[in-house]
Amino acid sequence: MEKVLEVRDLHTSFFTHVGEVKAVRGVNIDIYKGEAVGIVGESGCGKSVTSLSIMGLVPFPGKIIKGEIYFNGEDLLKKSEKEMQKIRGNRISMVFQDPMTSLNPVYTVGDQLIEPLKVHKKINSKEARKQAIELLKAVGIPDPERRLEQYPHEFSGGMRQRVMIAMALACQPELMIADEPTTALDVTIQAQILELLKQLRGEYNMSIMLITHDLGIVADLCSRVIVMYAGIIIEEGTTREIFYEPKHPYTWGLLKSVPRINMMSKRRLVPIEGQPPDLLNPPKGCPFMPRCRYAMEVCREYCPGLYSVSETHRAACWLLDPRAPAVAGWDKEEVSFK
Amino acid sequence: METKIDASLFKPIEARTDNINEIARPSLTYWQDAWRRFKRNKPAMIGLITIITLILCAIFIPFFWPYDYADQIRGHESQTPSWQHPFGTDSLGRDLFIRVMYGARISLSIGLVASLINLTIGVLYGGISGYVGGRVDNIMMRIVDILYSVPLLLYVILFQVVLEKPIELAFESTFLRVFKGVGSDLILIYIVLGLVYWVDMARIVRGQVLSLKNQEFVLAAKAQGASAWRIIRKHLIPNAIGPIIVTVTLAIPSAIFTEAFLSFIGIGVSAPMASLGTLASDAYRGFRSYPYLLFFPAIFICITMIAFNLIGDGLRDALDPHMRK
Amino acid sequence: MGRYIIHRLISMAITLFFIITITFFLMHAIPGGPFTREKPLPEAIIKALNEKYHLDDPIWKQYLDYWKDILRGDLGPSFQLANYTVNDLIAKGFPITARLGLASIIFTVLIGVPMGVISALRQGKWEDYTTMFIAALGVTIPSFVLATILIYLFGVVLRIFPVSSGSLTQPIQYVLPVIALSGYSLSFIARLMRSSMLDIIRQDYIRTARAKGLSELKVIYKHALKNAIIPVITYLGPLAAGLLTGSFVIERLFSIPGMGEYFVKSVGNRDYTMIMGSTIFYSVILVVMNFVVDIIYVLIDPRIKLTSSKEG
Repeated sequence: MEKVLEVRDLHTSFFTHVGEVKAVRGVNIDIYKGEAVGIVGESGCGKSVTSLSIMGLVPFPGKIIKGEIYFNGEDLLKKSEKEMQKIRGNRISMVFQDPMTSLNPVYTVGDQLIEPLKVHKKINSKEARKQAIELLKAVGIPDPERRLEQYPHEFSGGMRQRVMIAMALACQPELMIADEPTTALDVTIQAQILELLKQLRGEYNMSIMLITHDLGIVADLCSRVIVMYAGIIIEEGTTREIFYEPKHPYTWGLLKSVPRINMMSKRRLVPIEGQPPDLLNPPKGCPFMPRCRYAMEVCREYCPGLYSVSETHRAACWLLDPRAPAVAGWDKEEVSFK
Repeated sequence: METKIDASLFKPIEARTDNINEIARPSLTYWQDAWRRFKRNKPAMIGLITIITLILCAIFIPFFWPYDYADQIRGHESQTPSWQHPFGTDSLGRDLFIRVMYGARISLSIGLVASLINLTIGVLYGGISGYVGGRVDNIMMRIVDILYSVPLLLYVILFQVVLEKPIELAFESTFLRVFKGVGSDLILIYIVLGLVYWVDMARIVRGQVLSLKNQEFVLAAKAQGASAWRIIRKHLIPNAIGPIIVTVTLAIPSAIFTEAFLSFIGIGVSAPMASLGTLASDAYRGFRSYPYLLFFPAIFICITMIAFNLIGDGLRDALDPHMRK
Repeated sequence: MGRYIIHRLISMAITLFFIITITFFLMHAIPGGPFTREKPLPEAIIKALNEKYHLDDPIWKQYLDYWKDILRGDLGPSFQLANYTVNDLIAKGFPITARLGLASIIFTVLIGVPMGVISALRQGKWEDYTTMFIAALGVTIPSFVLATILIYLFGVVLRIFPVSSGSLTQPIQYVLPVIALSGYSLSFIARLMRSSMLDIIRQDYIRTARAKGLSELKVIYKHALKNAIIPVITYLGPLAAGLLTGSFVIERLFSIPGMGEYFVKSVGNRDYTMIMGSTIFYSVILVVMNFVVDIIYVLIDPRIKLTSSKEG
């Protein structure tokens, strides 16, 4: 299968007046054609900054300081702004978190939908309008001819997000990055939007990079999951592997803190105590160490690399080193070193 | 790299001394925080020092300056600045420096008094409107909207013209005779400026009252009964007062400017008392030959206004709860 | 949209009604009536006044008569100038003031808005500091001080521009008065535009526009600007009022025989009919202008429906 996106050793920092905040510290991502990959992590772990780095939209005072981002073989970081503009919204598109604020309130939805069509596909207004109507239909918005002439504030949250997806879909991109697309929506609407994304991926054979802090939505849509923490990837694997055979204590924590339908009533939700580290001064050892029940001396001193668990499954944890003691029963109440 | 790590490091950490849930630095009270931020704002501090200096000068210098503002010193007419007369003299031989000091007194007093009257009316109007709410609020705000679309300065002028005689009469015949020394025309200006510009203040006060009314702690406090007022004072006032203080501070240079403007047109305080505006206005005619006569009062007007604006901006930034670091 | 316009029209009518009524009663609140003076009036004027105003009539009748006159557009005879009516004076002075005012509005918007935009886009750089410094001066230096400086520098010392501008018949006569008159508004708009723009470019929809691959030019001038200019449009009403009152001083300083100059003179002379008439005339103009601004506002921002009252 061909690779659509290849991120190599990405480092992005924010140069604020209090110092350099290292938001992304050496991230590697591969996305293949037609697959949906989920990037999971809590706020501040660097997942959004990674996606913005790919798009070249890192806001001031952020800067990409190291790495390569290969999109269909070309390094995006070497491209000029003009070249990036040809790619954005065209071959790579993005859907953002808050549909209430992501659309320009003073222009009609049609106007905003037609924009990328005219700019990238160089078609005239009439043709663009026709395509816009088709797009609205594709995302499930009823009565599209009328809706085109309406303003964003006349749409509900879920509908606006559909419009955003339509806009991202307009030029049939090879990769769609969805940054927390359902976080601001009700649960029932969430399900609809995810269904829509699944459907579109199949129809257009489009790769999707889904960014979220919610493990639940990843399970349905994505075939692979990448878990980020404090600017680095701490585990990645197929969805099955991550959910059923997770190897990193942080992933354990995430899974334990998510309520599940088939959970026995006796099981308690266990939140992960503590806070992520200050990225102004990233720790030299494993960043998760202060919150990890299984931390060892080595974790304090050295940051682990990614250990392979299978061909598709890797985790960055010293527990996977042959010298480390084994851990039993991570998913039971009592945990212990063996 | 892994071979360098000693196998002995692979044991669980014994005593965890990490502080998982560390609390950040202790928080300051609202006012302490605001004052700290204000102090760091250099332009605002410069403004504050300037105004304090100006006020002190305006109050105290006349006490030991050899000349009075009305003294016409023979033989000293139309002199350019010198050691004896640092700002020069006018065509009647009056020392400009002392006149500017008195002018500053008058202009500052106008700024302060008018702003306070604005504040009072505004607080009452806005407070009632916001607190009572409903139809009353609606009507009162409609009136405010109407007042907003009217050129208030015109009405200042109109009021000046209209109230001239009644105030004069009031001064002659009633107990207000005591204030005659201040000058009925000055009182007129106080009243007129105060009467007309309260609209902004009313809006802000109303906005504050509305947002506070809806805060849950007011409900909670009410439910508790007696201690309610103390809680309200501790929370309500800091939140509400901020924008009010800023508005008052920014109203002062506005009033000073308006008065200077009126003087320039010819309806300000009357001779021999002069505000900075009157001085500027008088000096205008001959300014090509005697530019210093205009220069000094004008500079003082500008400095005063700039200083108050800087203080106002600084206060606005300092008291804004959203900017607390 | 239609409902909105009707709503605004009604507001306008009510406002005008109040203004005219208040003005009338203010004038008549002067003890001894507005028509008595320390110096006796010339015969001709007394005659004209008595004919016109039926001063012996009860006040409510005078009020109604006044309304009848106003609706006919008749503002009465002038006090100070025999054989002139207020309408005459306004007709003489207003066209000149209008030219000054229009030129100032155009100048303010054409210079102030770009100043603010550039400042916002180059935040923290020298363009930002310079323009904001100029703007800071502009809002704190009173217009008459600015006028005086300009006259001295460019009129007397450098002799580039005329010192008195007469009836504004030649372009060069416009330069100094327009700059002096616009100083404050221009600076205010520049600062307003800057802070509005800074606020808007941080909005999510600007990020969306960039993510769609639009050129930076399009992002700023199509998406950001239309939103950022909304507060500026709201300010146009008070702007016009400010220019109008500013014209009193500027016309005096530059010897421009416009309406402002007549108005000021009439205040000095206690020409009550002129003061009243001018006040009403000005008010009408400003209220109509506010109405126009409200319409423009709703054309730009589709979120406004019927809620017209600005909440605090």
